[in-house]
Amino acid sequence: MNDFFSAFFDELPQVRSGLWVTLEATVLGALAALLLSFALGLMSVGRLLVLRGVSRVVVEFFRGTSLYIQLFWLYYAMPTLTGYELEPLLCGVVAFGLNYGAYGAEVVRGAIDSVPRGQYEAAVALNMSPLHRMRKVILPQAWVQMIPSFTNLLIQLLKCTPLLWLISAADLMTVVQQLRDRTGETLTAYVTLLAVYFVLAYALTLLMNLLERGAKRRLGLPTGAGSLLRSRSATEAVTSASGGAR
Amino acid sequence: MNGFDWNAARDALPLLIEGFRVTLLATVLGTLVAAVLGLAVAVAGRAPSRFVTVPVRAVTEFVRSTPLLVQLVGAAALFTSVEPLTVGIVVLGVHYAAYTSEVYRAGIDGVPRGQWEACRALSLSPRRTWRAVILPQAVRNVLPALGNYAISMFKETPFLAVITVQEMVFEARKYGADHFAYTEAFTLAGLVFLVASYPTSLLMRKLEKRLGH
Repeated sequence: MNDFFSAFFDELPQVRSGLWVTLEATVLGALAALLLSFALGLMSVGRLLVLRGVSRVVVEFFRGTSLYIQLFWLYYAMPTLTGYELEPLLCGVVAFGLNYGAYGAEVVRGAIDSVPRGQYEAAVALNMSPLHRMRKVILPQAWVQMIPSFTNLLIQLLKCTPLLWLISAADLMTVVQQLRDRTGETLTAYVTLLAVYFVLAYALTLLMNLLERGAKRRLGLPTGAGSLLRSRSATEAVTSASGGAR
Repeated sequence: MNGFDWNAARDALPLLIEGFRVTLLATVLGTLVAAVLGLAVAVAGRAPSRFVTVPVRAVTEFVRSTPLLVQLVGAAALFTSVEPLTVGIVVLGVHYAAYTSEVYRAGIDGVPRGQWEACRALSLSPRRTWRAVILPQAVRNVLPALGNYAISMFKETPFLAVITVQEMVFEARKYGADHFAYTEAFTLAGLVFLVASYPTSLLMRKLEKRLGH
């Protein structure tokens, strides 16, 4: 056990760079996913049938084919097909963004649908333009509903980053596995690795709880003192076939 | 740049189907483990003693928050003498049990308090209370959610390829490497997933509606 930890601390710069790759993939992937979820989610509540159809097809496509295959397709198949080659990290960011963006689109759609009808009607009665209505009335309320589901998605995305090891990006898992190979301490290595991911997941959950608090406060909703340290909600909105925030 | 080779696709298909059987087997058995273990965890989580409930909650939280891939690779490296497919099914089952236990918990919480009180009034034993009154009501409500976890487990079975289980993606990678036809193999594998999972999720949606969710 000491062998592993002494190797761990000897190679701290390398561990840190692995951690950095993992975090980079998580944050950039999450940003890409967020953009895509809003784009697809807003399309799916729009009035144009074409846009709704396109959004539906894209969402079902990226939810239905496994993330694993999407990542491998981008890494192995796309270069032979199109001649473009993506860096492993960029490959990961694109695949995570597309896959989780599709799940996120359902979250956005569900949250917008859950804003009471009366709010739309009041905004129409006040003669607000569609854009104004969305920005000032609907989205601020829907956003509060979205955050818990987005937290779940974010943690799931973090949990997928070890896939980068398979397309030879030097992420945290790659680095720890190299240490394991050198010291032969399998159990310690993997338990340490799991513990690091656990800490990361908790840190991200805490950040998202902060965000939720801020969003609730802006709406004048009560925010309990315990809400910050609360763990994320148990049911994964994402995996549900009907998706959405429930 | 060599486009899509239809002949290669035709050659790869039988191999993929062969692998798909393993994929299905892993999904079905993994779901079974998750369904049974999750129920056990949920019931243990309601034990009267905190010495039971606190560790149970801590372990489920830990399993839920850490990557499946690391759990798989770690377990495979520790239990080298066990067959990879068995390791894979157990790890998938345990990982998803952490999720299904929460689903069961919600289902159990959904059973009205009066039912518990009635059981007490009839002085039923705890065992009979669970078996004859609480669980039949709870399980009915959680079936759609369990189905959804089965679908999401199905989409995560490719992880098993990493620990050398010869499921569909394993075959796709192998075919891709042998014939330099990754494009065809992965495209087909993705389509098989889409064709299998989309109708299933439509079905689940129908079931959810029917059960009034």
